[in-house]
Amino acid sequence: MAETETSHDSPFAHVVLATGEAVVFAPGDRVRVDDRKPVGHYRVPTYLRGKTGTVECVYLPAQLNNEEEGFGRNGGAKRHYYRIGVPMTEIWPAYAGSPQDSLRIEVFEGWLERIGA
Amino acid sequence: MTEARTNRGHDHDHGDPHAPIVADGQPSYYEIMETAIRELLVERGHFTAAEIHRQIDLLDSRTPALGAAIVARAWTDPAFKVRLLADGRATVEDLGISFYDDTGLVVLENTPEVHHLIVCTLCSCYPRPVLGLPPEWYKLKPYRARAVAEPRSVLAEFGTVLPDEVEIQVHDSTSMARYLVLPRRPDGSDHLSEAELAALVTRDAMIGVRLVELPQGSRS
Repeated sequence: MAETETSHDSPFAHVVLATGEAVVFAPGDRVRVDDRKPVGHYRVPTYLRGKTGTVECVYLPAQLNNEEEGFGRNGGAKRHYYRIGVPMTEIWPAYAGSPQDSLRIEVFEGWLERIGA
Repeated sequence: MTEARTNRGHDHDHGDPHAPIVADGQPSYYEIMETAIRELLVERGHFTAAEIHRQIDLLDSRTPALGAAIVARAWTDPAFKVRLLADGRATVEDLGISFYDDTGLVVLENTPEVHHLIVCTLCSCYPRPVLGLPPEWYKLKPYRARAVAEPRSVLAEFGTVLPDEVEIQVHDSTSMARYLVLPRRPDGSDHLSEAELAALVTRDAMIGVRLVELPQGSRS
């Protein structure tokens, strides 16, 4: 993927992106998984709600929200999925294995909230 | 059903006693429903019987042998491995393996430091284009619940005991990407050809529940 030109001298510096088109989180960002409890089709497992993790990578390109798509709403805006890493000890306080064991999962942008700086 | 009737057609002798293989029960509620819906959809022209069989042929052609061949290629062709880890789907597509379900493919390399384990806690997401249908246990709740909560116990039940220094990374595949584990090549396999290596790679090793091992006594 070509690197975006960010210099102010660039003739492409003033291109405006659509809402939600830009990647929001970068690898290393700390995020919390929302703990809302929607009725119906959802893709974020209950055990992860409210847990904090670290963004490992972004999946390109942006994808339809498959929770909406599950109800046939295929025309919605696209957002990115991010793979986040969460320590097992964050998910399960009494985790019995090695403290460095961890979980990886892809989460849709709308479920993630930035935390800390 | 009388005994005389069920025995008919199984009067041969192959030294392997078993109950006659017959389909004489009543179809289940769901079998009847599937047949009814399928026939209606065909009748109304949504798809043809030939298209259904084409899809069955497609699924039958996807087996762990594909994944094993990919793993063996990665073990023997460093440039291929680099491409495979960077973009699993595109690299596998170059081999002629299509992604008919439009899922992504992320290949995860096991190392002396990190061991990967694949699960889908929500349902049965699985890299079907390269492994075919998942095993029953992969779809059942005990594995799905325990793989994310006590992966080391699950691994031990498969005979896979890893030291605490090895990080276990559990990948819960729930959305767009599917995962394939690239297992570690066994020590002492330097003399094996790509095809011989592929024969060692099991489905379970590509899910991450087992390691790839040389057969007893074949270590050189």
